[in-house]
Amino acid sequence: MLNILQQYWWVIVSLLGALLVFLMFVQGGQSLLFGTVKSKEEKTLLINALGHKWELTFTTLVTFGGAIFASFPLYYSTSFGGAYWLWMTILFLFVIQAVSYEFRSKAGNFLGAKTYETFLFLNGMFGTILIGVAVGTFFTGGAFIMNKSSITNTLQPTISYWTNNYHGLEAITNPFNMLMGIVVYFAARTLGLLYIIMQIDFEPLAKKAKNQIKITGPAFVLAFVALLLSLFTMTGYHVNPENGFISAVRYKYLFNMTELIWPFIMLFTGVLLVLGGLANTLFGKGKGSFYITGTGVVLAVWSLLICAAFNNTAFFVSTVDIQNSLTLQNSSSSEFTLKVMAYASLMIPFVLAYIVYVWRAMTKVKMSNEDLLKPDTHKY
Amino acid sequence: MFLASLADLSRLQFALTAMYHWLFVPLTLGLGFIIAIMETFYVRSGNEFWKRTTKFWMNIFAINFAIGIATGIILEFQFGTNWSNYSWFVGDIFGAPLAIEGILAFFLESTFFAIMFFGWNKVSKNAHLISTWLVAIGTNLSALWILVANAWMQYPVGMAFNPDSARNEMVNFWAVLFSPVAINKFIHTITNGYVLAAIVVIGISSWYLLHKREEEFARKSIKTSAIFGLVSLLVLIWSGDGSSVQVAKKQPMKLAAMEGLYKGQKGTPIIVAGILNPGKSAKDIADNPIKYESEDAFIFKISVPQGLSLLVDRKTNTFVPGIEDILKGGYTYLDKDGVPKIAPPIEERMAKGKLAVEGLALYQKARLAGDEEGKGLAYSQLMDNFDHFGYGYIEKPTDVIPNVPLTFYAFHIMIMLGVYFLLFFIITLYMEKKAIISKHRWFLYLAIISIPLVYICSQAGWIVAEVGRQPWTIQDLLPVGAAVSGINPNAVRTTMLLFFILFTALLIAELGIIFKVIKKGPGA
Repeated sequence: MLNILQQYWWVIVSLLGALLVFLMFVQGGQSLLFGTVKSKEEKTLLINALGHKWELTFTTLVTFGGAIFASFPLYYSTSFGGAYWLWMTILFLFVIQAVSYEFRSKAGNFLGAKTYETFLFLNGMFGTILIGVAVGTFFTGGAFIMNKSSITNTLQPTISYWTNNYHGLEAITNPFNMLMGIVVYFAARTLGLLYIIMQIDFEPLAKKAKNQIKITGPAFVLAFVALLLSLFTMTGYHVNPENGFISAVRYKYLFNMTELIWPFIMLFTGVLLVLGGLANTLFGKGKGSFYITGTGVVLAVWSLLICAAFNNTAFFVSTVDIQNSLTLQNSSSSEFTLKVMAYASLMIPFVLAYIVYVWRAMTKVKMSNEDLLKPDTHKY
Repeated sequence: MFLASLADLSRLQFALTAMYHWLFVPLTLGLGFIIAIMETFYVRSGNEFWKRTTKFWMNIFAINFAIGIATGIILEFQFGTNWSNYSWFVGDIFGAPLAIEGILAFFLESTFFAIMFFGWNKVSKNAHLISTWLVAIGTNLSALWILVANAWMQYPVGMAFNPDSARNEMVNFWAVLFSPVAINKFIHTITNGYVLAAIVVIGISSWYLLHKREEEFARKSIKTSAIFGLVSLLVLIWSGDGSSVQVAKKQPMKLAAMEGLYKGQKGTPIIVAGILNPGKSAKDIADNPIKYESEDAFIFKISVPQGLSLLVDRKTNTFVPGIEDILKGGYTYLDKDGVPKIAPPIEERMAKGKLAVEGLALYQKARLAGDEEGKGLAYSQLMDNFDHFGYGYIEKPTDVIPNVPLTFYAFHIMIMLGVYFLLFFIITLYMEKKAIISKHRWFLYLAIISIPLVYICSQAGWIVAEVGRQPWTIQDLLPVGAAVSGINPNAVRTTMLLFFILFTALLIAELGIIFKVIKKGPGA
């Protein structure tokens, strides 16, 4: 039962991670500020269109953190407590986003609109890349040692320690992590452009977005293919379910896909949907492209995250001593806690239902300059 | 020492970020409901005046809400970044409320926030009203789960220690959720938010009256908020009384610090107001006993005889232990099951704590060696002493004493301001009923001054709760020194400075925006 619950919670956490990547279309849209989106009118439209959705992305990030804390506390403890600078940088980038929408255009704001636009740009550009880098560590690991008996050493009781002084910044120098960061960035930017095309009723901006996606869309696809090639040829770490012994296995992630099949089907479907969505925009009328591509991104990311831990795979490898690596078995909460949370997770379909209801209500009509001038509009 | 300085810095960073966060959250908790009540008036009456009023306060809510979110994300992730040992040791219990908070509460508020602010033209009046109520409920539900988690740290229940995983694990979710400390803490904290929001609304409305602007808007806002605030304050006082009873039972050292009580007695008086003698220090009990005995606890005090005994046990002759009594032990107390026991001295608890930690180490060793008999013996040693586990990390007995002046003054400031707010609401309602509120400029000034006072009161409450429980992250189980991450203190120094600069800048920006919104007024 514990085994099933551990897998169930990894699936849920992975789904939240995948939804987060999809919802980072907000960040992708923000990364267009100053470059593609320059005029005051365009900036206001873009920020207001994204502003209706940013909290959903933010909440998904927070819930992802809470869910991983609750279900795999040893990962939370080891990664966050060890890769301190990587996570702190990500947090700072999200703190500056949270105020920027509301404060940007308000009178009396001593920092000025441009400061908040810069905050949004930084969050959009580097928030996505660094989250991608952090996701990359699910495959490349970190320089930590972990010992559950540490608590009995009253002078140094912490369960895990990072063994270098970079505390997570070194993750940026790993090419695979960086590639993952670039893929997440391109995914977010592609979805951001598709969202603009779908949601903003302002022809000059829609035209720019359509031009931009001719570069960003293929760049995303190419980077993603490079990522898959890199992932499927890299060494992963197998955990023996009998005794917990961890050993290196070449092409581990490729084997995970081929042995489990269903993540491969998810990935394949995801890739097809992404290609279909992009082709629909590039060569067709583009109707529904945002949702088609978004669903594809969710399926692809979800399958990769599942692949990181399923099929007896260590999902957070210690590069110092692989026997210290984290697995679903050694890092999870107890069976009781996972079960309690599994009951709470039965609410997720209900939560998704009201999110869909509100999303539909708010995106029924495209946003235009006229909308922002209506008397009851809360304008960012 | 490495741990001590890292723990102090980590505490300081957490205190800084939590106190900043707590500047914004209470207003959100209370204003959400005030707005929902006002919008209900609008939907029921169709009177555009109420829509205008609702939208004005909604604007204040949105500005405050944004910065509340910005400061909140840091708190959640700090459990991992700065308190990683804690995250593992009790993550099995503490993490669940955080995850449920995300799934059940955060999505509720963030999703319906979109309709509340952007949906006036997009959904029906009733759908909008429901969204506003759901945002208010969502913010309060968020508070529920995080306060359940906090209460569990003050009074750990519903869990068992698992020596194989070397951590505490949840065994009874309902015991965690419905712990009396959790219920009381939730009620006390959210009503604090309601009172704060009511006073902010009254203060801002008074500013309009002072400038002879928006009289109808201001008076109706004052009336709505004063009723809401008074009812909330009565519940707040009731739950505060409940808190004192629980603190006496579960965290006697915190109560002693709150009252500056060094030596207990039967029929202990309660301090109404006082100035502590800086020369009196509990650390002198061991280091300089002559000085300790010769110094009075107070330079000045006003006290009510037997008041503390009456407050915490409803009896006038109950013995309430002071700091010295807790250090030395020997007094009778009731354990978790209500059985009378003699309190051991802290030194004995430290010795037992070390036995518990040693028992765990022996257990782990025996487990790896496959020594079943050794495992059994070590397990007995661990569990026989487990109630004292955290004391195994304490270096000297006086380390279990929190900062007495900070806890004492924070507690008394909170109480005095609480009494003031009771009078304030009564006077406000009286003056509003007699329609004389606009004529008394002194009252309008008083209402404006009350805004910073209510923030001071609210922050003081947190200081009592959090400083008073030191040195424990988990009461009696895990002191702060053993809960921190294995990071360089300089890293914490740097992030703390960055947080301070960023949050202060954002606070200044927020105040600037709010002042402008107020100046423009609801008609803008």
